[in-house]
Amino acid sequence: MSVIATPARQSTGGTSARTINRIVIYGLLALFALFYLMPLFVMLVTSFKTMEEIQNGNMLALPQAPTFEPWAKAWGETCVGLTCAGIKGYFWNSIKMVVPAVLISTLLGALNGYVLTKWRFRGHTLVFGLMLFACFIPFQSVLLPMATILGSLGRFGVTLRNATGFSFGLGNPTVNLVFVHVVYGLGFTTLFFRNYYEAFPTELIKAAQVDGASFFQIFRRIMLPNSMPIFVVTVIYQFTNIWNDFLFASAYAGTGDAMPMTVALNNVVNTSTGVVEYNVNMAAAMIAALPTLLVYVVAGRYFVRGLMAGAVKG
Amino acid sequence: MSTVAETNIKPTPEHGTRPGASIRSRLQDALPKIVLAPSFAITVVFVYGFILWTVYLSFTNSKTFPSYAITGSRAYQRLWRWTFESDPPSSWYTSITNMGIFGFLYIFICLALGLFLAILLDQKIRGEGMLRPIYLYPMALSFIVTGVAWKWFLDPGLGLEQTLHQWGWTSFHFDWIKNKDFVIYTVVIAGVWQASGFIMAMFLAGLRGIDGEIMKAAQIDGATTFQLYRRIVIPLLRPVFLSAFIVLAHLAIKSYDLVVALTSGGPGGSAWLPSNFMYEYTFKRNEMAVGSASAVIMLMTITAIIVPYLYSELRERPR
Amino acid sequence: MAFLEIDGLKKRFGSVEILKGIDVELEKGGFLVLVGPSGCGKSTLLNTIAGLETITEGEIRVDGRTINDLHPSKRDIAMVFQSYALYPNMTVAGNIAFGMEMRGVPAQERQKAIDKVAKVLQIGHLLQRKPSQLSGGQRQRVAMGRALVRDPKLFLFDEPLSNLDAKLRVDMRIEIKRLHATTGTTIVYVTHDQIEAMTLATKIAVMRDGEVQQFGTPAEIYNNPTNLFVADFMGSPAMNLVPATIGGNGSALSVVLQREARDPISLPLANAPAGLSAFQGKPVIFGVRPEALTDPEGAERNASNIATADCHIEVVEPAGSDTFAVTNLGGKAVVARLRADANIQPGTSTPLAFNLTKAVFFDPATENRIL
Repeated sequence: MSVIATPARQSTGGTSARTINRIVIYGLLALFALFYLMPLFVMLVTSFKTMEEIQNGNMLALPQAPTFEPWAKAWGETCVGLTCAGIKGYFWNSIKMVVPAVLISTLLGALNGYVLTKWRFRGHTLVFGLMLFACFIPFQSVLLPMATILGSLGRFGVTLRNATGFSFGLGNPTVNLVFVHVVYGLGFTTLFFRNYYEAFPTELIKAAQVDGASFFQIFRRIMLPNSMPIFVVTVIYQFTNIWNDFLFASAYAGTGDAMPMTVALNNVVNTSTGVVEYNVNMAAAMIAALPTLLVYVVAGRYFVRGLMAGAVKG
Repeated sequence: MSTVAETNIKPTPEHGTRPGASIRSRLQDALPKIVLAPSFAITVVFVYGFILWTVYLSFTNSKTFPSYAITGSRAYQRLWRWTFESDPPSSWYTSITNMGIFGFLYIFICLALGLFLAILLDQKIRGEGMLRPIYLYPMALSFIVTGVAWKWFLDPGLGLEQTLHQWGWTSFHFDWIKNKDFVIYTVVIAGVWQASGFIMAMFLAGLRGIDGEIMKAAQIDGATTFQLYRRIVIPLLRPVFLSAFIVLAHLAIKSYDLVVALTSGGPGGSAWLPSNFMYEYTFKRNEMAVGSASAVIMLMTITAIIVPYLYSELRERPR
Repeated sequence: MAFLEIDGLKKRFGSVEILKGIDVELEKGGFLVLVGPSGCGKSTLLNTIAGLETITEGEIRVDGRTINDLHPSKRDIAMVFQSYALYPNMTVAGNIAFGMEMRGVPAQERQKAIDKVAKVLQIGHLLQRKPSQLSGGQRQRVAMGRALVRDPKLFLFDEPLSNLDAKLRVDMRIEIKRLHATTGTTIVYVTHDQIEAMTLATKIAVMRDGEVQQFGTPAEIYNNPTNLFVADFMGSPAMNLVPATIGGNGSALSVVLQREARDPISLPLANAPAGLSAFQGKPVIFGVRPEALTDPEGAERNASNIATADCHIEVVEPAGSDTFAVTNLGGKAVVARLRADANIQPGTSTPLAFNLTKAVFFDPATENRIL
């Protein structure tokens, strides 16, 4: 729509007023861009500075002699709690947790959306409403029971391992987190696919039925091949959410070797022993941010669409 | 390869059962429900069942470990008493007043700033494609990550204050993050930084969705740009305001890592929100019943906001 | 025994009755058109024949076999959808062969069938394209190809032309008619366009509110509508339906039409339907199609009952092949269809010839035809 820029017949002052107008607009936009970029900028430049330069120099200055050492140290040497082997292990922990959690929750969401739009039954709105509301609950209201259940499953896993030599993943913090993220991500993935499939032409399903395709054949041959856009949105949304999660991670894998990246980073930053190595902290933070930042740079459009889908009904 | 039993498939909402259908065809009829069942069961058990469990715990005297003997509403009575314990403030009093301050400022500033930026960006801006992602990226990052930078930036000895001192403005003083009365406002700043870009994107999408002919008609009617926005555009964005409010309200109540990463709770827990209160009381202070009660109160607050919204969104609309 | 038989078919959604007892039948090789305004239940009826929706009561038989409880794919039907419903992720060939693939037909045979259909519909050059690369008319052809390749007992068409522009619609209409003539298939066709119904059908069922209002050949429906709704719905421009009274004495009846600020017209009826004498002195609805109301020179020569009356012309619409004149009778705008070269001016009075052999009368209370 853009009004000010269209032939500005109503603008009173003519060209000069218009120019000032534009300068003010661009100035404000640039100012806010600085505001949003500032923390990332500070993190980035600091992560390439030596400690000496940090202590004596300006926070916003570019590094005089850029060094990769803080990055190397953050990755391989820095202390998380009492172990000093860098954050690389925790990075892989996060990957091992995120990938299965995203895939499972996305696939289930696709199936749910398919059923809730194309195979409706009495009460489908209620079922969807109940799943949708789960997106909005403060997770504090389920934190404790989940901790209790995971605890007993863990004990059962130990028994199982003593008996059979194999615990079937019970009690493994990574498995636990995958499970938790699938459970509490289902509402979102179902919402995304439901809204997408709501607009998916039902006549295609009818045509496939006349052609003799079964429930799963229709899903696999007709729905899935035409769901790429919403798959991208859902995967990105789930990936960022699960990668960035802190509450579940700290509650169910808050200590030990299975910590995800966010918890490990928080420990690195809040370690109170010794000199605080800001450059290493910033490098660690950058490493933790890279996957989501990368996803955002590559597919930001879809990320926004995902966020919007959570707010506005399609 | 006929995998479909001889049965009627129902692609549209309807509820007819046929007599004499074979077991196999009944199975086919039930297949969609069977597929949905695990997800639904998971939701019922792990969301609604757990909520009830938490409600139950809030009526016990659970401390470090859950205890399952109902002992009445003591936890709620304590929270109620703490609600008025302002001098010295109880942790709960701090948490809910912080929630009030944070919730109001966070929602209000995000809406105002988001709308403002969206309107600016909607003026046929060169480089819009570059600016939009800059405003938006904070939403993609964990606050545990950006909190590191914010903490540093707000630290009087290292960040903004120090920088301005170096630049010669030695009288500048900015130590909110160390001040128990002001620390919550730093949480507001960081929270707004994270979410306002996304609210901007919502408003921008709303603006782009407005029928251009309405705008042309208003221009021909002689409306100035300001009048145009105030009288036509902003009223038309009402649904976006509602959606944005819902998003912000539930983000505000869920905010947890923001406080942890930025302030580690602030001096003496002065930056706590109810979510932090819950976590601390449940897992650190061994007051599980009180923690549960506070979680129930958070949930009820969100429910009061979300349920009417979801109800109106999901109500069957006339086709 | 007819080829397609529908007996007492009812369909309820909860307490709402969508179809209220439909009885229709069609001979082998026939072309049945279900026509009616939106929400009349015509698409639901088609979907129940296809098996895409269940029925509450009644029976559907094709070629003597009851198909009520069969899965759509087992009914030996093919369907062309309004949106064509081409699978966007498959090529044209893939679309056409998908049904066969589901039935496990070997690839070689599938290819043969595709080639045959492609030849009939002249879409051979499109086979490797995706639906998104096709024009509306081409999609329409592919959708028909997908139906044809099954060689079914029954073809079902759900408003197949409604997404095409006006000219293409006429072309495809002719194509469908030709296809029906050459292949001799049995077709059930849903449309809301009464011209399509008239031009394509061997049998028409006019529907409203889940009921069949009239079932018959196009000529029967057009010339002898059973009630006001059918009379009004079928025909373009629509039949003039004018409030009137029946006058006359004894057996010589006449129809009296009120006019604004002038004396009423009284037209003598030579061969009035028998039931009309009971309406002497009472109000009726007088129905006359525009082509039965014309300039005296253009009137049908051998019609037995033509009455002429002066009418005040309000609007003249030259439409090229005809000229339409609008006058006011009984408080309603009445359209007369004149020759293209009729010299007529708005605001003047001119004699119009009423072909009363073609006129029909309706009881205003029941809205049924007076016979």
